[in-house]
Amino acid sequence: MAVLVIAEHDNSNLKSSTLNTITAAKKLSDDIHLIILGSNIDELINKSKDIHLLSKVIKCDNEKLKNFLPELSAPLISNISENYSHILAPASTFGKNLLPRVSALLDVTQISDVIDIVSNDTFVRPIYAGNAISQVQTNQKINLLTIRPTSFEKSEDSGGNASIEEIPFVDTDLKTIFINREVSKSDRPELGNARIVVSGGRGLENSDNFKLLYELADKLNAAVGASRAAVDSGYIGNEYQVGQTGKMVAPELYIAIGISGAIQHLAGMKESKVIVAINKDLEAPIFNVADYGLSSDLFQAIPEIIKELDLLNQIES
Amino acid sequence: MKVLVAVKRVIDYKVQIRVKSDNSGVETQNVKMSVNPPDENAIEEAVKLKEQGLVSETIAVSIGDEKSQDVLRTSMAMGIDKSILVKTQNTLEPLAVAKTLKKLIEKEKPDLVLMGKQAIDDDSNQTGQILSALLNWPQGCFISNLKIEGNKVSISREIDEGIENLETSLPAVLTCDLRLNTPRFASLPNIMKAKKKPLDIIDIDSLGIDTTPRIKTLKVIEPPRRKAGVMVSDVKELVKKLKYEAKVI
Repeated sequence: MAVLVIAEHDNSNLKSSTLNTITAAKKLSDDIHLIILGSNIDELINKSKDIHLLSKVIKCDNEKLKNFLPELSAPLISNISENYSHILAPASTFGKNLLPRVSALLDVTQISDVIDIVSNDTFVRPIYAGNAISQVQTNQKINLLTIRPTSFEKSEDSGGNASIEEIPFVDTDLKTIFINREVSKSDRPELGNARIVVSGGRGLENSDNFKLLYELADKLNAAVGASRAAVDSGYIGNEYQVGQTGKMVAPELYIAIGISGAIQHLAGMKESKVIVAINKDLEAPIFNVADYGLSSDLFQAIPEIIKELDLLNQIES
Repeated sequence: MKVLVAVKRVIDYKVQIRVKSDNSGVETQNVKMSVNPPDENAIEEAVKLKEQGLVSETIAVSIGDEKSQDVLRTSMAMGIDKSILVKTQNTLEPLAVAKTLKKLIEKEKPDLVLMGKQAIDDDSNQTGQILSALLNWPQGCFISNLKIEGNKVSISREIDEGIENLETSLPAVLTCDLRLNTPRFASLPNIMKAKKKPLDIIDIDSLGIDTTPRIKTLKVIEPPRRKAGVMVSDVKELVKKLKYEAKVI
């Protein structure tokens, strides 16, 4: 049977989390369909049909779908569910907002935050902020999974030729009005998807000092992250928070600066390939997960790192 | 106006959990238990709405065994008026929790339901969304700001890209982010007062809902441990190691 993947996008481009989710779907079936619900999405549909692993792209294009309100999207998905053995969405705030609503309409239990697919009915997911790993089995008429993007590679976004099917928009009586999105614009790589992440914590002391961190991030072409403490203190926006209730990241290099390393923060970054911790407190738990630890004042260390990186670049060029 | 708050009893967020040696789950015996942290934000918000005169009654509901009474007492010590424990020995999946809450909502008729955005034990992040769909009420998830004027509800939601602002109307189901507010500590006099507030206990079987689990836990294991790292003496050494040993820069 076919597997349905719900696309996360911004009406112009797919989010990379969609490509990670498609790779997860490949473990379940060779017949993968992608449903794109949005507004003015002709171009997006055209690009998406080239994704290597897809056999079909399902389109539902309506002005009302522009802002991804789950009250409108969920029934459109549950209406076509009988054709599928599984429905997958990324475990992003988009997928978390939407898929449980679909599960309610279908009267099935969703499995959240899947990090591995053992077989068509057996899945692995972290619990307790990743301090335990649970293997679960389910035998429902249809299985709904949110997929942790960092646990699956991105699928190729070219080389395919999927068919396109359009489904009609069915309106739902909706009481919610979308006002706006406050999105911070940045030229840096996307946090969930960057090769290098430079993260700051309460040790940075204020938002002004985060500029030091930005400078280092730009030197490394890295994304910027933050601990919950730094976000709560207003040093930086919530979209940068890494951790159990923020974003999950697994870059090749994670540099934690002035972050003590609460369990809830470690949950979001301990799958990173190489972890660097810079903290003046030698007892900070972040050192327990770090590959390289440096006990130092970050206000001295960051400029020194920038200087060393400049030197390296000079030698190379 | 009436507010219902859903509260879960979980292992305290500061406790380092232990996986049971038979891999059947996580050890919860003789471990400090507390109110699920984002549920505390839901309690705080309900109490604040009452203090602002927007709400006449606040009710906390928990689903669990006898011991879940303690999180309801905590809720009432923070200012909740009364509470209900739905007693069960089983661990309920989010779908069953939402169905149980729906039954109580039909009886108590609140105008607003508040709960944490996720429980920090199983990290499912589903119950509010499911409940909103079952009730066919508007859904507001991961909120970090709430304003109620008459029937109008304005919320800010924390999303991956930043903040999303929505306007909706009552009745509604809202799930709370940790940044919604700062939960108050219960003072000793309020803890004493909470002991006299009403706490009804009802058996889950009396609600007539199917709570049979749909998911079977095969095993629970420890996550793989990271290899011990090294301390470097200075920035020069760090950059060198990242360049030539780890080869990541």
